[in-house]
Amino acid sequence: MTMLATAFRMLVGLFVDDGSLALGIIATVLLSGILTSLMPDKPLVPGAVLLVGCLGVLFANMMKAAQR
Amino acid sequence: MIWTSAAPAIATAFLSSLVEAVEAMTIVLAVASVRGWRPAVMGALAGLAVLVVLVLALGPLLDQIPLHLLQLVIGVLLLLFGMRWLRKAMLRAARVVPLHDEAIAFATETKELREQARHEARLNWVAGLASFKAVVLEGLEVVFIVIAVGAGRGLLGAASLGALAACLVVVVIGFLVHRPLAQVPENTLKFAVGVMLSAFGVFWTGEGLGVPWPGGDFAIPAFAALFLMVALSAVTFTRRLRAQASP
Repeated sequence: MTMLATAFRMLVGLFVDDGSLALGIIATVLLSGILTSLMPDKPLVPGAVLLVGCLGVLFANMMKAAQR
Repeated sequence: MIWTSAAPAIATAFLSSLVEAVEAMTIVLAVASVRGWRPAVMGALAGLAVLVVLVLALGPLLDQIPLHLLQLVIGVLLLLFGMRWLRKAMLRAARVVPLHDEAIAFATETKELREQARHEARLNWVAGLASFKAVVLEGLEVVFIVIAVGAGRGLLGAASLGALAACLVVVVIGFLVHRPLAQVPENTLKFAVGVMLSAFGVFWTGEGLGVPWPGGDFAIPAFAALFLMVALSAVTFTRRLRAQASP
């Protein structure tokens, strides 16, 4: 059981280091997904939201880390 | 093979594998310097065997998953993984956290193994296990990157070649110099790979959501350029902020 928990923690650690960065990415992807179903005739809008959102999340996360 | 997507995939797999292989090789060399090559090589080979089994077991499963779902899942995982790498490299570049130093990692591992040597009767096992763990942990990241950048467009073979070439380069140099490869500009590599993985992440996630990216595969280098610009600006800003904050 301990080994399984360690392996799971290790696996999660591969993708999640800073919780707020991970949450920001997931929220951006979710928003893009929602926009995809709301605007099926404008597929570039969710794409733009995804790209700009990820860049924004990265920049904001770095600024937050700098102020710590 | 389309070179506009194959070249970034091969380059990303090569560079990221270079970083991971250097980290694994540091531990293997530390084990070899304390207990000799036998446990170091045996542990590393056992680790490689685990990775091969994992790839052989998971590889065929990828063909069973619908392409859009595969692209979406891999895209999101790539975003999490790549932006995590990029953030870490940015924090190091901005000197918020110290740079990773292979020489220090080597010294720490060697010291720990020597400490254990005083208490453990069966140190060869412990040393072999350290080598095994390093290869599995770093290798898992390599496997993920190869699958992530290669699976969406049938580039698994090309990405694997990139990764294999990097591992061979590191192993050959490691055996020749018998020292940790401290001269490798690890953070620069991590920065570059983080940028590329994040660009792939946005591309695959978008493809999975049905976004028709303008320019098709040419969008990947364009996204990478944008990530690079934002990352460099954030590092410059952070340095300035910290310089102003410190007396």
